[in-house]
Amino acid sequence: MEFINSISFLVAFTMVVFILAKILYQKYPVFIFNPVFVSMGVCIGFLLMTGISYADYNTKTKFISFWLNPSVVALGVPFYLQLERIKRDWKRIMSAMLLGSISGIVSVVIIAFMFGASNEVYLSLAAKSVTTPIAMGVTEAIGGIPALTAGIVVSVGILGAIIGEGFMKLIGVTNAKSQGMAIGTASHALGTAKIAPKSEEHGAYAALGLAMNGVLTAIIAPIIMPWVEVVLTYL
Amino acid sequence: MMTKFTQLAFILAFLALGEGLKWVLGVPVPGSIIGMLCLVLCLEFKIMKLNWVKDASDFLIQNMAFFFIPAGVGLMVQWDIIQKEWVPIVVASVLSTLVVMAVTGLVSGRK
Repeated sequence: MEFINSISFLVAFTMVVFILAKILYQKYPVFIFNPVFVSMGVCIGFLLMTGISYADYNTKTKFISFWLNPSVVALGVPFYLQLERIKRDWKRIMSAMLLGSISGIVSVVIIAFMFGASNEVYLSLAAKSVTTPIAMGVTEAIGGIPALTAGIVVSVGILGAIIGEGFMKLIGVTNAKSQGMAIGTASHALGTAKIAPKSEEHGAYAALGLAMNGVLTAIIAPIIMPWVEVVLTYL
Repeated sequence: MMTKFTQLAFILAFLALGEGLKWVLGVPVPGSIIGMLCLVLCLEFKIMKLNWVKDASDFLIQNMAFFFIPAGVGLMVQWDIIQKEWVPIVVASVLSTLVVMAVTGLVSGRK
């Protein structure tokens, strides 16, 4: 028991599960076999079976989660590689980012409220589109449950990775710039990880979207939430 | 040409720089985002060369999805809330994700 509860075992176990989940997805590329989704399911099952608490697992796999931070820094590279093009078109990009960010915060809160979400749940959803560390900070600031936000953020990221490209085609958005930016804005690093290998342009604009929406949401959400809550009283 | 080890050290140094600036400026933006913006500036102003970070950055970006797993597993402790309120959570998350994608994608231009 002490062995399976050790840092080395839990980290190695999580890695092996992810590798196998990727092999499964390569063989059967169906959306429910999304590697992150499958790995989460297997790890949850494993913890429930062995009785290891999530708090314990989370502490011992900090070694894995930590690498999210340098990965976000690394997105500066594709961002830089497209910087000249971004500078040429900054007005349109800023409007797309700003409207995307605000519509995300407002729509998720209003829809959740209309479907009967409690106060702390809709507050936990406001920052759902941005990367985990930012989203948890925003949720704390506006009075939701940060741990719930973390799980929702990962789910939204998986959703964006799964449906992003198909949805873009469906609404007729065909250029790499808009596809990348929309997916990065809506589904942060997980959507970005899926779309970035398609082309450097996809990667750059997705990185731009995720970075900008992170910054914008951190600033905008705490400011507009009181106004959104006023709107909710009229619904 | 830098070794991969040195490249990784550069990226971690930018992360530390971002955390440091966050602490000094007291802004509610994560250090990783500030570090990323600093890296872009240093590359743009030729303080850093692209091949000092390129390989390590490609490696991290390619494997980024893996680093989310522990946070995702955290959903298991929110089971009570999810059981009670899964309808608004799922409906709002899905619809709002589509809204964000459509608004950003269409404003930025279809072609």
